[in-house]
Amino acid sequence: MDFELTNRQKQICRAAREFAEGEFPGIAREYDRREEFPRDLWKKACELGFIGVFIKKEYGGLGLGFLEFAMVMEEFWRVDPGCGNILLTAFGSELIQLYGTEEQKKRYLPPLTRGEAIMGAAITEPDAGSDILSILTAARKDGNDYVINGSKQFITNGSIASHIVVFCLTHTEAESRLKRFGTIVVETDRPGFGAIKLTGKLGIRASDTAEIRLSEVRVPKENLIGGKEGEGFPQIMQLFNINRVIAASQGVGVAQGALEKAIKHVKERKQFGQPIGAFQAVQFKIAEMATWVEATRALTYKAGWMIDHGKADPKLISIAKYLAGEIGVKVANEALQLHGGYGYIADYDIERFYRDAKIVEIYEGTKEIEKNTIARELLGRL
Amino acid sequence: MDFELTSEQKDIKKAAREFAEGMFPEVAEECDLHETFPRALWKKACDLGFIGVYIDEAYGGPGLGFLEHAFIAEEFARVDAGCGTIIHTTLGSEFILLFGREEQKREYLPLLPKGEAIMGMAITEPDAGSDVASVSTVARRMKDHYVISGNKMFITNGSIADFLVILCLTNENEEVKPKRHSALIVEKSRKGFETSQLKRKLGMRASDTAELHFSDVEVPLQNLVGEKEGEGFHQLMAVFNRTRVTVAFQGVGIAQGGLEKAIQYSKQRKQFGRPLGSFQGIQFKLAEMASLVEAARALCYQAGWMVDHGKIDPKLISMAKWFSGEAAVKVIDEVVQIHGGYGYLGEYGIERLYRDAKLVEIVEGTKEIEKLIIAREILGR
Repeated sequence: MDFELTNRQKQICRAAREFAEGEFPGIAREYDRREEFPRDLWKKACELGFIGVFIKKEYGGLGLGFLEFAMVMEEFWRVDPGCGNILLTAFGSELIQLYGTEEQKKRYLPPLTRGEAIMGAAITEPDAGSDILSILTAARKDGNDYVINGSKQFITNGSIASHIVVFCLTHTEAESRLKRFGTIVVETDRPGFGAIKLTGKLGIRASDTAEIRLSEVRVPKENLIGGKEGEGFPQIMQLFNINRVIAASQGVGVAQGALEKAIKHVKERKQFGQPIGAFQAVQFKIAEMATWVEATRALTYKAGWMIDHGKADPKLISIAKYLAGEIGVKVANEALQLHGGYGYIADYDIERFYRDAKIVEIYEGTKEIEKNTIARELLGRL
Repeated sequence: MDFELTSEQKDIKKAAREFAEGMFPEVAEECDLHETFPRALWKKACDLGFIGVYIDEAYGGPGLGFLEHAFIAEEFARVDAGCGTIIHTTLGSEFILLFGREEQKREYLPLLPKGEAIMGMAITEPDAGSDVASVSTVARRMKDHYVISGNKMFITNGSIADFLVILCLTNENEEVKPKRHSALIVEKSRKGFETSQLKRKLGMRASDTAELHFSDVEVPLQNLVGEKEGEGFHQLMAVFNRTRVTVAFQGVGIAQGGLEKAIQYSKQRKQFGRPLGSFQGIQFKLAEMASLVEAARALCYQAGWMVDHGKIDPKLISMAKWFSGEAAVKVIDEVVQIHGGYGYLGEYGIERLYRDAKLVEIVEGTKEIEKLIIAREILGR
């Protein structure tokens, strides 16, 4: 056992924090208002090595673990969740690194860390959210190509990505439902690919979200990740294992950021002749918020560490993701409450945190799905 | 970073679990019903090396950490919280181990792991609970002894301990309140020292709790823990950093044990033609309970590890303590709920869990005091 961060991890956290504190506050409000992806910020983050830290060195990354990725994410979200999602520009590359062929890795991974490409992963559909086995997007084999038809919903980076991993039905005839899928890389400049940016999101508005339409999109069969059909579902489960930890770190980050804003405010704000932090009711709130953050951070680090050490634990991952999402929302809510009327207006960033936090309870598996996963691990199938 | 338990830690946990599973169930109900301390069980635990594992080899212990001590507490509490409190028969030895004189360590510590003595520590008084600095039991210094007068309340092992560490007022005229107290070792045999067991506790009834009366009890000067008077409060804070961790682990153990019972019951119990566990309402409850347990455990393990690695973090310890107490109470409430009427009846042992769990929110610093400590660490004064 050893609960200390390594020196390397401490350095990474500090660097991420300094970058975020230096770059995000000046632009966060504006990009939130305009619902625009902060392209210059993303470029700068690439230059400094923050994007795709988990990508192996031979493919242009730093060769770190998913735990370190989670730590960077936490620091970014602590300062601003919307801007922090520039880290998701490598979303989906985990699949290529884990399961891709050598040519796929060489072709798709290096441009991500160099800031020359943005990726995404398209799983959800209009009628298949939590129930992912019910997706309808189909890839039909035609000679040396796949021809893809269908639509995908709520896709992160959907309208800014240069290529997207699309979760498709490839084998409708397979007896086991779990063997009917494949994951295929689709370049967004292929004829028949269309993306419509979704606007009016509650939060993380600097993060791009789109609806995707695929109509007779033709891609070579070399674009199938790993080259073997029917492997899509287990691949996606592993992608979820990783990205649920990353989402958990977002919950920890937004909660930590909101907590720090609350602490600063209760020390400064005076009512009844004393700082509001001198009131025991406020002290108790702060103590509870800090405890929740600490507990979810400990769970998230552990879940991430287990993945990097070949012991991925889906129950623990779902616990971390569900609790971190809920605690992000609870802490942001209490932080806003402590700010009173000031918290309710945009001049104080806490209203944005309040809106941003909610997504962690929804994406990468709603908290209800996480609870289903936990219960299944506890009870087995009944 | 390394989140894996060492193989020694795994072995200790397994041994503690097997011992508890083998020995506790047959006496648990009886001890609870009659409010008796399970003396034979305690002896056996000593024989097998479960008691006082943090005591250095030089003083008769195996010289493990407080974390390992806490692991045993967790596994014991998982099977039965009341019987599990036999782990507390070394309570107060932390004072001697951390601050005692060499002679004190040699005289008192070896008796504990061997099962030849039970200890306690007496801090709380009828009018000084959370407000520890207001302790008024007085120890007046004479030429070669102290004379102690006062009352102590809610003292664990009070009526069964062979000796206890008593927090006394020795330097009433010190300007700063935290410098007015000293810790003194008092043997049960001293004249004028009386105890009365407190009955009808809500839970943890296998654990002895007593009121202590000191009327002009004389103890030799060398019973002062350490060399200097006025250190008692400061020593106590260091002791709390250890004992709070142990209690926090008990909260985790109670919650874990309850969760396991609820899982088992949800699989067996059928209603509407199917196991309870197949209903999503029950599944969500279990998922939430398991999440609370894991979160509390994550905090506890980290806090405990820090203690043994010279990085004591009172904020984290207080977090672990209040959170695991609350988690235990919340989880056990749901455990009773899932068991329905059977949970409410004594013979299934579930209602005992409900009563036992509550103590973790009160003992070794109420959860309110823990929150004040956390807030003070965060906000300053």
